[in-house]
Amino acid sequence: MWLALGTAAVVLLALLWELARPRLASALARSRAGAAARRERAAQSGYDPGRERRAEQRARALLRSCVDEETWAMYRDLGFLRVWGGLGDRAQGASYAYLVYPHKPIVAYLPQTRELLNEYCVAFPDHTKPYGSARLPDSDDVLAKWMALSADERHLIAEANMHLPGRQIDPERVRRDLLRLARWERERAARSADSVPAA
Amino acid sequence: MRARVFAIIRSTMRLLRLKPGHGEIVLAEGDVEVPEQERELIEAFRRELDAGMWAAVPTETSSGRREAEYVKSFADVPRDAERVIFFPRAAGGAPGSSR
Repeated sequence: MWLALGTAAVVLLALLWELARPRLASALARSRAGAAARRERAAQSGYDPGRERRAEQRARALLRSCVDEETWAMYRDLGFLRVWGGLGDRAQGASYAYLVYPHKPIVAYLPQTRELLNEYCVAFPDHTKPYGSARLPDSDDVLAKWMALSADERHLIAEANMHLPGRQIDPERVRRDLLRLARWERERAARSADSVPAA
Repeated sequence: MRARVFAIIRSTMRLLRLKPGHGEIVLAEGDVEVPEQERELIEAFRRELDAGMWAAVPTETSSGRREAEYVKSFADVPRDAERVIFFPRAAGGAPGSSR
Protein backbone atom coordinates (compact mmCIF):
# COMPACT_ATOMS: atom_id res chain seq x y z
CA MET A 1 0.00 0.00 0.00
CA TRP A 2 2.65 2.53 1.06
CA LEU A 3 4.88 1.37 -1.71
CA ALA A 4 2.18 2.02 -4.29
CA LEU A 5 1.42 5.47 -2.86
CA GLY A 6 5.11 6.35 -2.77
CA THR A 7 5.61 5.23 -6.34
CA ALA A 8 2.58 7.24 -7.43
CA ALA A 9 3.93 10.32 -5.61
CA VAL A 10 7.32 10.00 -7.30
CA VAL A 11 5.67 9.60 -10.72
CA LEU A 12 3.46 12.61 -10.02
CA LEU A 13 6.41 14.75 -9.02
CA ALA A 14 8.31 13.68 -12.13
CA LEU A 15 5.35 14.59 -14.33
CA LEU A 16 4.94 17.97 -12.63
CA TRP A 17 8.65 18.67 -13.02
CA GLU A 18 8.51 17.85 -16.73
CA LEU A 19 5.55 20.18 -17.15
CA ALA A 20 7.08 23.02 -15.18
CA ARG A 21 10.65 22.74 -16.41
CA PRO A 22 10.29 24.72 -19.68
CA ARG A 23 8.56 27.58 -17.86
CA LEU A 24 11.13 27.60 -15.07
CA ALA A 25 14.00 27.51 -17.57
CA SER A 26 12.44 30.35 -19.53
CA ALA A 27 11.91 32.44 -16.41
CA LEU A 28 15.48 31.80 -15.29
CA ALA A 29 16.84 32.81 -18.70
CA ARG A 30 14.75 36.02 -18.65
CA SER A 31 16.03 36.82 -15.19
CA ARG A 32 19.64 36.27 -16.24
CA ALA A 33 19.20 38.37 -19.37
CA GLY A 34 17.62 41.16 -17.33
CA ALA A 35 20.48 41.15 -14.85
CA ALA A 36 23.04 41.18 -17.67
CA ALA A 37 21.25 44.10 -19.35
CA ARG A 38 21.20 46.04 -16.09
CA ARG A 39 24.92 45.40 -15.61
CA GLU A 40 25.64 46.51 -19.19
CA ARG A 41 23.58 49.70 -18.81
CA ALA A 42 25.41 50.50 -15.58
CA ALA A 43 28.77 49.88 -17.23
CA GLN A 44 27.86 52.06 -20.22
CA SER A 45 26.69 54.99 -18.20
CA GLY A 46 29.42 54.40 -15.62
CA TYR A 47 27.77 56.95 -13.45
CA ASP A 48 29.71 57.69 -10.35
CA PRO A 49 28.52 60.85 -8.63
CA GLY A 50 31.91 61.43 -7.04
CA ARG A 51 34.06 60.85 -10.09
CA GLU A 52 33.68 64.26 -11.70
CA ARG A 53 34.26 65.95 -8.38
CA ARG A 54 37.41 63.94 -7.71
CA ALA A 55 38.64 64.66 -11.23
CA GLU A 56 38.09 68.38 -10.70
CA GLN A 57 39.91 68.29 -7.37
CA ARG A 58 42.91 66.65 -9.04
CA ALA A 59 42.78 69.16 -11.87
CA ARG A 60 42.67 72.11 -9.45
CA ALA A 61 45.70 70.79 -7.60
CA LEU A 62 47.63 70.43 -10.85
CA LEU A 63 46.65 73.90 -12.05
CA ARG A 64 47.69 75.39 -8.73
CA SER A 65 51.09 73.72 -8.98
CA CYS A 66 51.71 75.10 -12.47
CA VAL A 67 50.64 78.76 -12.34
CA ASP A 68 51.71 81.75 -10.25
CA GLU A 69 50.22 82.17 -6.81
CA GLU A 70 48.37 85.29 -7.97
CA THR A 71 46.98 83.54 -11.02
CA TRP A 72 45.81 80.63 -8.90
CA ALA A 73 44.19 82.96 -6.38
CA MET A 74 42.41 84.74 -9.24
CA TYR A 75 40.99 81.49 -10.54
CA ARG A 76 40.04 80.28 -7.08
CA ASP A 77 38.27 83.52 -6.18
CA LEU A 78 36.81 84.59 -9.52
CA GLY A 79 36.47 81.40 -11.58
CA PHE A 80 38.62 82.60 -14.47
CA LEU A 81 42.15 83.75 -14.99
CA ARG A 82 43.84 86.49 -16.97
CA VAL A 83 46.76 85.92 -19.28
CA TRP A 84 48.64 88.91 -20.63
CA GLY A 85 48.91 88.94 -24.39
CA GLY A 86 51.72 89.75 -26.71
CA LEU A 87 53.99 86.96 -25.59
CA GLY A 88 55.15 89.07 -22.71
CA ASP A 89 54.14 90.20 -19.30
CA ARG A 90 52.72 93.51 -18.23
CA ALA A 91 56.12 94.84 -17.26
CA GLN A 92 57.06 94.52 -20.91
CA GLY A 93 54.02 96.51 -21.91
CA ALA A 94 51.35 93.99 -22.84
CA SER A 95 48.65 95.99 -24.55
CA TYR A 96 45.97 93.34 -24.42
CA ALA A 97 45.04 90.37 -22.31
CA TYR A 98 42.87 87.29 -22.33
CA LEU A 99 40.27 86.04 -19.92
CA VAL A 100 40.37 82.27 -19.71
CA TYR A 101 37.17 80.53 -18.61
CA PRO A 102 36.66 76.80 -18.26
CA HIS A 103 34.96 75.35 -21.33
CA LYS A 104 34.15 78.76 -22.75
CA PRO A 105 35.85 80.84 -25.40
CA ILE A 106 38.96 82.82 -24.54
CA VAL A 107 38.08 86.51 -24.52
CA ALA A 108 40.64 89.07 -25.67
CA TYR A 109 40.29 92.62 -24.33
CA LEU A 110 42.10 95.89 -23.76
CA PRO A 111 42.92 96.27 -20.06
CA GLN A 112 43.13 100.08 -20.28
CA THR A 113 39.64 100.60 -21.64
CA ARG A 114 38.05 97.19 -20.89
CA GLU A 115 37.03 97.06 -24.51
CA LEU A 116 36.33 93.52 -25.67
CA LEU A 117 38.20 92.52 -28.81
CA ASN A 118 37.38 88.96 -29.80
CA GLU A 119 36.25 85.58 -28.65
CA TYR A 120 38.49 82.65 -29.49
CA CYS A 121 36.61 79.39 -29.44
CA VAL A 122 38.98 76.57 -28.70
CA ALA A 123 38.57 73.12 -27.25
CA PHE A 124 40.82 70.22 -26.35
CA PRO A 125 38.75 67.21 -27.32
CA ASP A 126 40.11 63.82 -26.34
CA HIS A 127 38.66 61.50 -28.93
CA THR A 128 39.76 58.40 -27.10
CA LYS A 129 36.79 59.08 -24.77
CA PRO A 130 38.12 56.72 -22.15
CA TYR A 131 35.52 57.68 -19.59
CA GLY A 132 32.56 58.42 -21.79
CA SER A 133 33.20 62.14 -22.16
CA ALA A 134 35.61 64.06 -24.35
CA ARG A 135 35.66 67.04 -21.99
CA LEU A 136 38.51 67.67 -19.63
CA PRO A 137 37.69 68.68 -16.06
CA ASP A 138 37.16 72.45 -15.81
CA SER A 139 40.53 73.22 -14.27
CA ASP A 140 42.35 70.97 -16.75
CA ASP A 141 40.68 72.89 -19.58
CA VAL A 142 41.90 76.15 -18.05
CA LEU A 143 45.38 74.67 -17.56
CA ALA A 144 45.51 73.51 -21.18
CA LYS A 145 44.53 76.99 -22.38
CA TRP A 146 47.04 78.62 -20.05
CA MET A 147 49.85 76.31 -21.22
CA ALA A 148 48.95 76.80 -24.86
CA LEU A 149 48.77 80.60 -24.53
CA SER A 150 51.96 80.72 -22.52
CA ALA A 151 53.90 78.37 -24.79
CA ASP A 152 52.72 79.54 -28.20
CA GLU A 153 50.05 82.21 -28.19
CA ARG A 154 50.07 82.68 -31.96
CA HIS A 155 49.62 78.99 -32.62
CA LEU A 156 46.68 78.66 -30.26
CA ILE A 157 44.97 81.73 -31.65
CA ALA A 158 45.52 80.41 -35.17
CA GLU A 159 43.85 77.12 -34.21
CA ALA A 160 40.88 78.82 -32.58
CA ASN A 161 37.70 79.99 -34.26
CA MET A 162 37.61 83.76 -33.90
CA HIS A 163 34.33 85.58 -33.37
CA LEU A 164 33.25 89.03 -32.38
CA PRO A 165 32.46 89.50 -28.69
CA GLY A 166 29.05 88.23 -27.72
CA ARG A 167 28.96 85.15 -29.88
CA GLN A 168 28.99 82.78 -26.92
CA ILE A 169 29.67 84.77 -23.79
CA ASP A 170 27.42 87.65 -22.85
CA PRO A 171 29.58 90.81 -23.14
CA GLU A 172 27.84 92.22 -20.06
CA ARG A 173 28.98 89.24 -18.09
CA VAL A 174 32.57 89.75 -19.27
CA ARG A 175 32.42 93.43 -18.33
CA ARG A 176 31.13 92.49 -14.92
CA ASP A 177 33.99 90.00 -14.61
CA LEU A 178 36.48 92.71 -15.53
CA LEU A 179 35.03 94.92 -12.80
CA ARG A 180 35.23 92.02 -10.35
CA LEU A 181 38.83 91.48 -11.39
CA ALA A 182 39.70 95.15 -10.87
CA ARG A 183 38.07 95.12 -7.43
CA TRP A 184 39.82 91.87 -6.56
CA GLU A 185 43.19 93.32 -7.52
CA ARG A 186 42.57 96.48 -5.48
CA GLU A 187 41.63 94.46 -2.42
CA ARG A 188 44.59 92.18 -2.85
CA ALA A 189 46.94 95.13 -3.19
CA ALA A 190 45.43 96.71 -0.09
CA ARG A 191 45.85 93.50 1.90
CA SER A 192 49.41 93.22 0.68
CA ALA A 193 50.12 96.83 1.72
CA ASP A 194 48.56 96.22 5.13
CA SER A 195 50.71 93.19 5.72
CA VAL A 196 53.96 95.10 5.03
CA PRO A 197 55.29 96.36 8.36
CA ALA A 198 55.87 100.11 8.57
CA ALA A 199 59.51 101.13 8.30
CA MET B 1 73.54 72.34 0.71
CA ARG B 2 69.78 72.72 0.77
CA ALA B 3 69.65 73.29 -2.97
CA ARG B 4 71.80 70.21 -3.49
CA VAL B 5 69.48 68.04 -1.41
CA PHE B 6 66.48 69.45 -3.27
CA ALA B 7 68.13 68.60 -6.60
CA ILE B 8 68.69 65.04 -5.49
CA ILE B 9 65.12 64.62 -4.30
CA ARG B 10 63.56 65.87 -7.54
CA SER B 11 65.70 63.93 -9.95
CA THR B 12 62.74 61.96 -11.26
CA MET B 13 60.60 63.14 -14.13
CA ARG B 14 56.92 62.39 -14.45
CA LEU B 15 54.96 62.28 -17.67
CA LEU B 16 51.35 63.28 -17.01
CA ARG B 17 48.33 63.27 -19.27
CA LEU B 18 45.16 65.26 -18.78
CA LYS B 19 42.26 62.81 -19.03
CA PRO B 20 38.59 63.57 -19.44
CA GLY B 21 36.59 62.55 -16.41
CA HIS B 22 39.68 61.76 -14.41
CA GLY B 23 42.17 64.59 -14.10
CA GLU B 24 45.79 63.84 -14.79
CA ILE B 25 47.21 60.36 -14.88
CA VAL B 26 50.86 59.38 -14.58
CA LEU B 27 52.05 57.78 -17.80
CA ALA B 28 55.63 57.18 -16.77
CA GLU B 29 58.01 58.20 -14.06
CA GLY B 30 61.71 57.80 -13.87
CA ASP B 31 65.17 59.20 -13.53
CA VAL B 32 66.54 60.51 -16.81
CA GLU B 33 70.04 59.70 -15.61
CA VAL B 34 69.20 56.00 -15.43
CA PRO B 35 69.32 54.67 -19.02
CA GLU B 36 66.60 52.07 -18.58
CA GLN B 37 64.22 54.56 -16.99
CA GLU B 38 65.06 57.19 -19.56
CA ARG B 39 64.22 54.72 -22.31
CA GLU B 40 60.83 54.10 -20.74
CA LEU B 41 60.21 57.82 -20.52
CA ILE B 42 61.17 58.29 -24.17
CA GLU B 43 58.87 55.48 -25.28
CA ALA B 44 55.95 56.89 -23.32
CA PHE B 45 56.71 60.36 -24.68
CA ARG B 46 56.65 59.10 -28.27
CA ARG B 47 53.45 57.17 -27.73
CA GLU B 48 51.65 60.29 -26.62
CA LEU B 49 52.94 62.42 -29.47
CA ASP B 50 52.00 59.68 -31.92
CA ALA B 51 48.52 59.71 -30.39
CA GLY B 52 48.28 63.38 -31.32
CA MET B 53 48.87 64.90 -27.90
CA TRP B 54 50.63 68.18 -27.27
CA ALA B 55 53.35 68.22 -24.64
CA ALA B 56 54.27 71.15 -22.42
CA VAL B 57 56.73 71.63 -19.61
CA PRO B 58 55.80 74.04 -16.81
CA THR B 59 58.76 76.31 -16.18
CA GLU B 60 59.70 79.26 -14.04
CA THR B 61 61.64 82.27 -15.28
CA SER B 62 64.52 83.80 -13.36
CA SER B 63 62.08 86.49 -12.20
CA GLY B 64 59.83 83.81 -10.74
CA ARG B 65 57.13 84.00 -13.37
CA ARG B 66 55.49 80.70 -14.24
CA GLU B 67 55.30 79.75 -17.90
CA ALA B 68 55.00 76.70 -20.08
CA GLU B 69 56.91 75.66 -23.13
CA TYR B 70 56.01 73.18 -25.82
CA VAL B 71 58.28 70.24 -26.39
CA LYS B 72 58.17 68.28 -29.61
CA SER B 73 60.75 65.66 -28.78
CA PHE B 74 62.17 64.22 -25.62
CA ALA B 75 65.47 65.92 -26.40
CA ASP B 76 63.68 69.27 -25.97
CA VAL B 77 62.67 68.45 -22.40
CA PRO B 78 64.98 70.10 -19.88
CA ARG B 79 66.86 67.38 -18.02
CA ASP B 80 65.78 68.81 -14.69
CA ALA B 81 62.11 69.12 -15.60
CA GLU B 82 59.88 67.58 -12.98
CA ARG B 83 56.85 67.16 -15.21
CA VAL B 84 55.83 66.95 -18.81
CA ILE B 85 52.12 67.45 -19.30
CA PHE B 86 50.36 65.96 -22.31
CA PHE B 87 47.00 67.27 -23.37
CA PRO B 88 44.79 66.93 -26.44
CA ARG B 89 45.53 69.21 -29.36
CA ALA B 90 43.58 72.41 -29.56
CA ALA B 91 40.80 72.51 -32.07
CA GLY B 92 38.64 75.40 -33.04
CA GLY B 93 35.51 74.74 -31.09
CA ALA B 94 32.13 76.21 -30.58
CA PRO B 95 30.77 74.68 -27.41
CA GLY B 96 27.17 75.27 -26.50
CA SER B 97 26.12 78.80 -25.77
CA SER B 98 26.89 79.86 -22.25
CA ARG B 99 24.58 82.79 -22.10
